[in-house]
Amino acid sequence: MSRIQACFEQLNTDGRKALIPFITAGDPNRDVTVPVMHAMVAAGADIIELGVPFSDPMADGPVIQKACERALEAGTSLHDVLAMVTEFRRQNEDTPVVLMGYLNPVEAMGYETFADACVSAGVDGVLLVDLPPEECEQVVPRFRQRGVDLIFLVAPTTTDERIRRIGEAASGYLYYVSLKGVTGAASLNVEEVAARVETIRNLAQLPIGVGFGIKDAASAQAVSRVADGVVVGSALVNQIAANAGQTDAIAPAVSAVLAEMRSAMDE
Amino acid sequence: MTERPDYKAFPDQRGHFGQFGGRFVSETLMAALDELETMYRRLKDDPQFQADFDYDLAHYVGRPSPLYLAERWSEQLGGARVWLKREDLNHTGAHKVNNTIGQALLARHMGKKRVIAETGAGQHGVASATVAARLGLECHVFMGEEDIRRQRLNVYRMKLLGAEVIPVTSGSRTLKDAMNEAMRDWVTNVDDTFYIIGTVAGPHPYPMLVRDFQSVIGREAREQSLKQAGKLPDALVACVGGGSNAIGLFHPFLEDEGVAMYGVEAAGDGVDTGRHAAPLNAGRPGVLHGNRTYLMEDENGQIIETHSVSAGLDYPGVGPEHSWLKDIGRVNYVAADDQEALAAFRELTRVEGIMPALESAHALAYARKLAPTMGADQNLIVNLSGRGDKDILTVADIDGIEF
Repeated sequence: MSRIQACFEQLNTDGRKALIPFITAGDPNRDVTVPVMHAMVAAGADIIELGVPFSDPMADGPVIQKACERALEAGTSLHDVLAMVTEFRRQNEDTPVVLMGYLNPVEAMGYETFADACVSAGVDGVLLVDLPPEECEQVVPRFRQRGVDLIFLVAPTTTDERIRRIGEAASGYLYYVSLKGVTGAASLNVEEVAARVETIRNLAQLPIGVGFGIKDAASAQAVSRVADGVVVGSALVNQIAANAGQTDAIAPAVSAVLAEMRSAMDE
Repeated sequence: MTERPDYKAFPDQRGHFGQFGGRFVSETLMAALDELETMYRRLKDDPQFQADFDYDLAHYVGRPSPLYLAERWSEQLGGARVWLKREDLNHTGAHKVNNTIGQALLARHMGKKRVIAETGAGQHGVASATVAARLGLECHVFMGEEDIRRQRLNVYRMKLLGAEVIPVTSGSRTLKDAMNEAMRDWVTNVDDTFYIIGTVAGPHPYPMLVRDFQSVIGREAREQSLKQAGKLPDALVACVGGGSNAIGLFHPFLEDEGVAMYGVEAAGDGVDTGRHAAPLNAGRPGVLHGNRTYLMEDENGQIIETHSVSAGLDYPGVGPEHSWLKDIGRVNYVAADDQEALAAFRELTRVEGIMPALESAHALAYARKLAPTMGADQNLIVNLSGRGDKDILTVADIDGIEF
């Protein structure tokens, strides 16, 4: 059983929902990320999504664009991100880590090399924003053979037929994008999300995480009532940006936001 | 090349040209691209749609554009007879309008009330703003801050046409960043917005439909050459940024094996300096803006900044069909640097009284080298993709002249 699957099964037994924080690796420098990952686990994170910085993050809003710029400025490459996961695993063998990013850095490394590197670093899942199921025949088997979950997005515009197809290509969980837009955009509509999550449940047999537009404890709580997991990104990256000049303050600031969400979700 | 491919069969059903092309976008846009493809496949064989398109090209754009024999320049170069396909004479001053006319018709059929576009030199932005004005559509044009500075005349033209020009301040502040921002807008406003992509890049079906709309250039040139020169040309030369004017000229000639083709990329300060915009000459395949193609990237797969005196060629990728035509060896992709382009700009202006766009000047710069290697009985067609009025301030800056 993969770490991600085990995680959702345990949560299910405990009657809790997954809190899934996203931060961009290497933001604002390469030394900050691993300590922040440990702090997030201590604050209640169940799964960590680690953003691989890319020069042209087309699906991201200004907050994560700037995070990518800071991380690239600090010289963060895909190799570095994998090395961070290796380091994280020295102290944490249980919390699943998902790499999230764009296809080109992976293409540059090569699918085979990347898939091997994921296994040896202890990466559990990979989400490539610009790789739809139509283009992934070469990718899916390589990850599946190695037990690395390939996670896909489902959008408000995704047709039922595509949800079925995505459900077949994906493993681990599905990431439902709660609104039409980029990351960090306007607030989500919980009723709409609830209806869509219900539709997705009937078409695909995987846990559903919901992200985009989750800003605070209240929205995290509301989404946790209808989904299996809550993904929060820009709200945390904002904390990193605000404290980029004093990196010691980053872990406490990020933890504070997450801890509030955790307790609201567990109420 | 072992066997001649059936060029008309590309892209395949899923938008691939060999290993290139495809549809690499985030999930939210997949439905919109499916919808666009379905609509386009239905309309492209609809006689009424074709008639509407042809009517607009004739009466609004002013087509066919002439195929002009540059006699004095040919004589000076000493070699082939050089013909210029005069896309500079189109309404709005460049080939870009052929495509915006076509996409605006699609937008109307799809009931979209708002169009967005990205632009580098501003020609595609102007052409989009123009068709939007004519059809009463709301138009937002994304343009890099750096390009807004060097193409301020076109910025003002767009404003006069009623478009809103949105400065893009991320990344290198040029065409690629404008395209990122247009994609972000589209993903947010996908229900009511039509994205008019200006080149043969982007996710499927854009490379196919932009090529089809621009192919009017090559169809006319082929017919005109047969009539005016009495035979097919021996060589075609066109500049390549994203590559829409080049594919428009080349595509109708692909099956004519005797016609050599040269796509000219921007070498900026020189291909060996690293400061250029020539992915087909010095890049490698990767994925950007929804398609797999040759890209300028570093060893970690990050897209690197490009450099060219011409804003319209300042792009790190290229249309996927060009990548395929390169790999199968049908088209030769070469490069001309800033100095060569500027020299060609000045020369054509002085010798023929035609001021070319700096983009087109790259094609002219290569034609200058190619023509003398050819015989006097041979014919060379250069795509004069746009006029140079918009570049006067750039050239004046280089000459140290202030207005």
